[in-house]
Amino acid sequence: MSTPVPARANAPERYYNYAYLDEQTKRMIRRSILKALAIPGYQVPFGSREMPVPYGWGTGGIQLTAAIIGPDDVYKCIDQGADDTTNAVSIRRFFANVADVATTEDTGEATIIQTRHRIPEKPLKEGQVLIYQVPQPEPLRGLEARETETRAMHAYEEYGLQYVSLYENVSTYGRIAATAGYPVMVEERYLMSPSPIPKFDNPKMAKNEAVMLFGAGREKRIYAVPPFTRVRSLDFEDYPFETQTWEETCALCGAKDSYLDEVILDDAGDKMFVCSDSHHCAERRAAGHVGPMAGHSLDQDAALKEPAQ
Amino acid sequence: MNAISGRIAPAPLLSVEGLTKWYGHVLGCRDVAFDLRPGEVLGIVGESGSGKTTLLNCISGKLTPTAGEVRFDTRRFGLTDIYGLSEPDRRRMQREEWGFVHQNPRDGLRMRVSGGANVAEPLMNLGGRHYGDMRQATIDWLDRVELDTRRIDDKPRNFSGGMQQRIQVARNLIHGPRLVFMDEPTGGLDVSVQARLLDLLRELVRDLGLAVIIVTHDMAVARLMADRLMVMKGGEVVETGLTDQVLDDPQHPYTQLLVSSVLQI
Repeated sequence: MSTPVPARANAPERYYNYAYLDEQTKRMIRRSILKALAIPGYQVPFGSREMPVPYGWGTGGIQLTAAIIGPDDVYKCIDQGADDTTNAVSIRRFFANVADVATTEDTGEATIIQTRHRIPEKPLKEGQVLIYQVPQPEPLRGLEARETETRAMHAYEEYGLQYVSLYENVSTYGRIAATAGYPVMVEERYLMSPSPIPKFDNPKMAKNEAVMLFGAGREKRIYAVPPFTRVRSLDFEDYPFETQTWEETCALCGAKDSYLDEVILDDAGDKMFVCSDSHHCAERRAAGHVGPMAGHSLDQDAALKEPAQ
Repeated sequence: MNAISGRIAPAPLLSVEGLTKWYGHVLGCRDVAFDLRPGEVLGIVGESGSGKTTLLNCISGKLTPTAGEVRFDTRRFGLTDIYGLSEPDRRRMQREEWGFVHQNPRDGLRMRVSGGANVAEPLMNLGGRHYGDMRQATIDWLDRVELDTRRIDDKPRNFSGGMQQRIQVARNLIHGPRLVFMDEPTGGLDVSVQARLLDLLRELVRDLGLAVIIVTHDMAVARLMADRLMVMKGGEVVETGLTDQVLDDPQHPYTQLLVSSVLQI
């Protein structure tokens, strides 16, 4: 399923300053990654470089990938769970180009998965690395604007302030309504913002087998959750943490337990719910699962099959 | 205890000695010393620029003094120099045992979260994790500072200046501090609101047995609130004594000037 890249004539030389960044930069980033892995959840400052995409498009994630990728890796890139969005396609093409790596859409096959907004539905395995693109690494920033102060709060484990945002949620909506970037405690020590992933994915971070790296290019921070680390979502005693649920199933594959996107179909207000993880959905359809709207024109695999029938 | 224990003054809650602050070559305050006992209200008066706020900031751990000691009777360490504590211990002590009411409520409140969350924040900082309990405590306190409890979820900017100040007072008293610092708490308020807030503060301070250090340039506030007064001029304390004594029989020429310059209607 992965796309292999033909060998190049200058293969040996390409390992010097391989994968876009120069050797010194990659070394600096690797040192930061090691430190981040040694102190789970701690934000390690690093000398973020200018990348060929604007801030906010995944500069942190791209630098992390460039620092750890090797020619034998199989690379997958998703945006909102989908492999086929513009951002994901261009970042995947970028690494196919500068690092000569094989690319894939198959979660199980990939060794490095770069993501924005989602953790794949398929459980990750030992040996895989999940790289998050992070816009704002500081979970307390919305409440405390001073970096000096938030650093002190992390150093002295003063995390009462984070509960103020949860309190606001409960008093406004009657429940903890925050959905994305839901704050977590890592190994009961550091408060961490899990990039803007939906809280649906928060439980997947706990005791995960894969290495999880977080890169914020604009904010120049790297942090990490090593394999088998405790990750706890914050909550109140009387308002426990809970994830989103849907009454609908995936319209294409019928999945009941995956994260669903709502898609508006026309001006009449028709809509469908589909898996946000495009590979998960495709795999289920290939295995014969059928949703209520299977065969819809948005069901690309079905659309491709039609002429043959 | 022994028979004369009633006559012996209780151990000081706060003991300041030789406190000096230089801003480079500019003097903030020089050689200030006093003791504060539990339940006592100390007023610091003087014209603007006399070092009142510098002194308050030094005592409250916001500004490291150039020389001198600030000893506080902490629950965990006993009477100890607050600048000798490690930073996490000092911050914890400030959170647990002190309150600080700023002149401008914008400095003391988080303007982006609701009044209720502002009042409840100290509880969360001290480890409160039960929403219902904290909500109830917040409502009780809003009631106590005479605010409409139905407005608990309004943002501070939607409250008037006097109400914002009440929120700030509730926020600084909810966790049961033993010492509260107030920097011109009635500063930017009109006279009638000022009078009602002072009334409330006086009542709360008496009911809770709080020790308070209040900085003000308003002699009327000092007269109403303080048990004892310290008059400052040019960074130095020129006169101290019981409030009535200082205001009715000022000894230092500057105090005489200060008292005589209060407008009479």
